[in-house]
Amino acid sequence: MGMNISEKILARASGKKRVEPNEIVDGKVDVAMSHENAGLVSKTFKSIGVPKVWDKSKIVILFDHRVPAESEETAKGHKNVREFVKSQGIEHFYDIKAGICHQILPEKGHCRPGELLVGTDSHTTTHGAFGVFATGIGATEMAAVWATGALWLKVPETIKIVVNGKFPSWVGSKDLILRIIGDLRADGADYKAVEYYGKTIEEMSIASRMTICNMSMEMGAKAAIIPPDDKTLEYLKSRTSKMFTPQYADKDAQYEKTIEYDVSNLEPQIACPHQVDNVKPVSEVAGKEIHQALLGSCTNGRLEDLEIAARILKGKKISKDVRMIVIPASWEVYGEAMDKGYLKTFIDAGAVIINPGCGPCLGAHQGLLAPGERCISSTNRNFQGRMGSKDAEVYLASPAVVAASALLGKIAHPKEVSK
Amino acid sequence: MSVKGRAWKFGDDVNTDVIYAGKFLPITEPTEMAKHAFEVVYPDFPKKVKKNDFVVAGKYFGCGSSREQAATCLKYAGVAAVIAESFARIFYRNAINLGLPILICPGVSKGVDDGDELEVDFESGVVKNLTKGTELKAKALPQFVMEILNDGGLIPHLKKKLAKNT
Repeated sequence: MGMNISEKILARASGKKRVEPNEIVDGKVDVAMSHENAGLVSKTFKSIGVPKVWDKSKIVILFDHRVPAESEETAKGHKNVREFVKSQGIEHFYDIKAGICHQILPEKGHCRPGELLVGTDSHTTTHGAFGVFATGIGATEMAAVWATGALWLKVPETIKIVVNGKFPSWVGSKDLILRIIGDLRADGADYKAVEYYGKTIEEMSIASRMTICNMSMEMGAKAAIIPPDDKTLEYLKSRTSKMFTPQYADKDAQYEKTIEYDVSNLEPQIACPHQVDNVKPVSEVAGKEIHQALLGSCTNGRLEDLEIAARILKGKKISKDVRMIVIPASWEVYGEAMDKGYLKTFIDAGAVIINPGCGPCLGAHQGLLAPGERCISSTNRNFQGRMGSKDAEVYLASPAVVAASALLGKIAHPKEVSK
Repeated sequence: MSVKGRAWKFGDDVNTDVIYAGKFLPITEPTEMAKHAFEVVYPDFPKKVKKNDFVVAGKYFGCGSSREQAATCLKYAGVAAVIAESFARIFYRNAINLGLPILICPGVSKGVDDGDELEVDFESGVVKNLTKGTELKAKALPQFVMEILNDGGLIPHLKKKLAKNT
């Protein structure tokens, strides 16, 4: 019996010929990523009593959740991490002028097909877009990884999702993954891996694939993997010189179940408060007044996301009752958006541009909500109280829907404002 | 070992933003974290929770972010265990790694109301509802998970292992 991609990667990482679902393995980690919570990790690491980290070349640390520091508490946290990085000689450290971890890891060549990557961030599933088994862990567990280079993992069962069909205008990967989450529900893939196949996935850009894998976390996925192809290798070519071995599923690989989608008639999808699996087509939500429109995040802050929003906003003005916030996912995206004129389009339309980072997505700073306010957001979570007041509402949508809604001051299908 | 305490009842899909809001993440002291457990949505909880109380919930407790403060704040608020129908993967690992007992207990969301007095035996997994005079049984956790919990969490467990190897 053959193995699927997760099983192959975990077999390799644990030095075994084959592994099976529900088997517990000791996985050797190829990349260990932490952001601001590296402060918590380092505190716990020091308590273990191992003087040096297991491999200073395999740890990536960066700041993205609160950049620049929004409080004295965070400034102290950043300072402690900088000092730890220096004292341990951590080779891959990105300070406040880099971007969101899930954008920086691929951009800087840390996502290599076939590898095991762990991060102290739930959306670490994003890196499955490059054929990596990538999963989120807690800070204490990361401290143990820093000390030993390994962690126990249960080999997950895998759901296979096959997507075919051509997206209608203004519909894309965010709408698809919201629809899938709405169908499978928040815990539909808890403890499980997901593998994505089909013509639609093959034709998708790398950025769109990252959106799919990023949001797979919102149905509980432990890992979300897309088999690497020429596009993947082309993306990585200029970004890493390290050798890697992509893994592919055997023809007779086993899956817990297979689900098929055809996107030909898919409408833009909206995740309504306060659960990501509370998903409705835009036609059922259109017309709801909004106060804030947020474009950015590890889900949808990449160049193609800014491009589609700029196309909708070009030469127009955002509703006077809406605050639109735009956050490029990284400095690379920021620079490209500047070169292509998207940033000028945004400021001319009346949007506020914020430096690359997580911004208000997790309720830290840069645009929180007051009681009674409603936000249309390209981010990945709409939990009660996440973006400020517990009496505010967050609706999740694609960048195109966010831009169209910003123009009209209400949730809208992009076709309402574009030809 | 059995523990008696009050049940704090929550619903399905309780997420880590609700348990420990993002604005409190820069806090580094666990006792300080405890003051903000559930604070934003359930402000009474950190004020009234007592040592050895239980958090009882439906399916998929602890979904969302990987922030382990969601487990730390409950542990340091005195919560003796989280008893739920099921847990989200990262919270499950974090709780075990931090030494916060969790019990997967089918039927607990129907069988326990907010404020009920519970007595929980961690060895047998028996959850007695003293208020209702009923009894439920939690599923056994895997042996290696119990070893981590019995050592008080992953770090004491790892230290013990490292000491053995030297």
